[in-house]
Amino acid sequence: MLGAYLPIIVLLVVAACFGLGSVVVSSLVGQKKLSPVKLQPYECGCEPVGSAQERFSIKFYLIAMLFILFDIECVFLYPWAVLFKRLGVFGLIEMGVFVVILFVGYIYVWKKGALEWE
Amino acid sequence: MEIMGLPLIYYGAMILKVLLAFVFVLLTVAYATYAERKIIGHMQVRVGPNRVGPMGLLQPIADGIKLFFKEEIIPSEASKFAFLLAPLVALIPAFISFAVIPFGDVIEIAGYKIPLQIAAFADNAGTVFDLNIGVLYILAMASLGVYGIVLAGWSSNSKYSLLGGLRSSAQMISYELAAGLAIVCVFMVSQSLSLHAIVADQAGLFGWYLFRNPFTFLAGIIFFICSLAEINRTPFDLPEAETELVSGFCTEYSSMKYAMFFMAEYANMVTVCAVTTTLFLGGWQGPLPSVLNFIAKVYFLMFVCMWIRATYPRYRYDQLMKLGWKVFLPSTLFLIVGNAIWITLFK
Repeated sequence: MLGAYLPIIVLLVVAACFGLGSVVVSSLVGQKKLSPVKLQPYECGCEPVGSAQERFSIKFYLIAMLFILFDIECVFLYPWAVLFKRLGVFGLIEMGVFVVILFVGYIYVWKKGALEWE
Repeated sequence: MEIMGLPLIYYGAMILKVLLAFVFVLLTVAYATYAERKIIGHMQVRVGPNRVGPMGLLQPIADGIKLFFKEEIIPSEASKFAFLLAPLVALIPAFISFAVIPFGDVIEIAGYKIPLQIAAFADNAGTVFDLNIGVLYILAMASLGVYGIVLAGWSSNSKYSLLGGLRSSAQMISYELAAGLAIVCVFMVSQSLSLHAIVADQAGLFGWYLFRNPFTFLAGIIFFICSLAEINRTPFDLPEAETELVSGFCTEYSSMKYAMFFMAEYANMVTVCAVTTTLFLGGWQGPLPSVLNFIAKVYFLMFVCMWIRATYPRYRYDQLMKLGWKVFLPSTLFLIVGNAIWITLFK
């Protein structure tokens, strides 16, 4: 399989060199007239208050949790989908049961209000 | 002469393919910015850029040079390492997802068969060996792009950046789910995860997975829309909704580091259009020479992206989340079941 993976590494190296190279060159040739005010975080001209790296809405965390749950179930569907024609009617019913269970969980999440965004 | 069991020409062809594809993506990215401004300009009855070079054709080059000479600002409050790392993390996955996409048929050079796909090689009988998990690789790389945006938003230590980064990551993972489920319909028809096999299976117009049955048709459309949301294109470009968040996660970025986010966005657009072409529109199959078919289809889809941008206003954030979780997610589940029943009935 080396034959299939080696080119990806080569492309990775090319892309990384391009990215790094352009950043380094631009930081060398670009002008530099820095001042303390210029280095402040942008806040539409107001004096920045406090740090931005603070607590934020729990909604984002909830979305991430739901994503992981559903993504794992999605990954379970891939091997089944690839073998679908060979599994025949048995595969169809098995998957039907799986999707129904998944859907019950989805309805629960919906009814609990986890998908509402306020 | 052989190195590690493969003939020398394989390595030569590999490097040539890598460079060609890289230059192709880079040029497409540069001229996509020009094309977008020009197309949207004409759609809004303006002329678009027309000063630099004939018809403004040198505009992307002028923009690039300008960005090179811009001042590099790293905010004093920023977490420096993550701040410098973020643009690279955003840019690299955008380029390397192109590695598994077949952009042409197998060609023959000096008796050797060479498939026009970066991560692939062929034996003398013309059998192609490519990454047998090609689609998973693309999904993995598409997910990696989120890290660049989260890192940028967090490390800038600016409120606009943080909010932009959070919004963007929540949006990307929400739509990744629906996109991931929509392509299950493709695997059910193709019975393979290798992109070469998927394209080889789509000969002829009605061989395209988009036209295989009603369910794959809808899956194709949902996949394309979700991809637009995943790469933060209009109407899903909330992370950089300038009326509320200035420039979103890249507010604090300047010079070439800003340009890298910009390039990543357009490179992602190229990749998404190429993936949609490969999975649903028959890849390089078609009446023209194989590579030209592929390029024509990709450019058409990119035109559609720009057209959508000129047509639709931006979603509000709760509408966006509602569309992803309450419309696309359940409908892709129904599509999977419907597709399964259809295939079982009409074998």
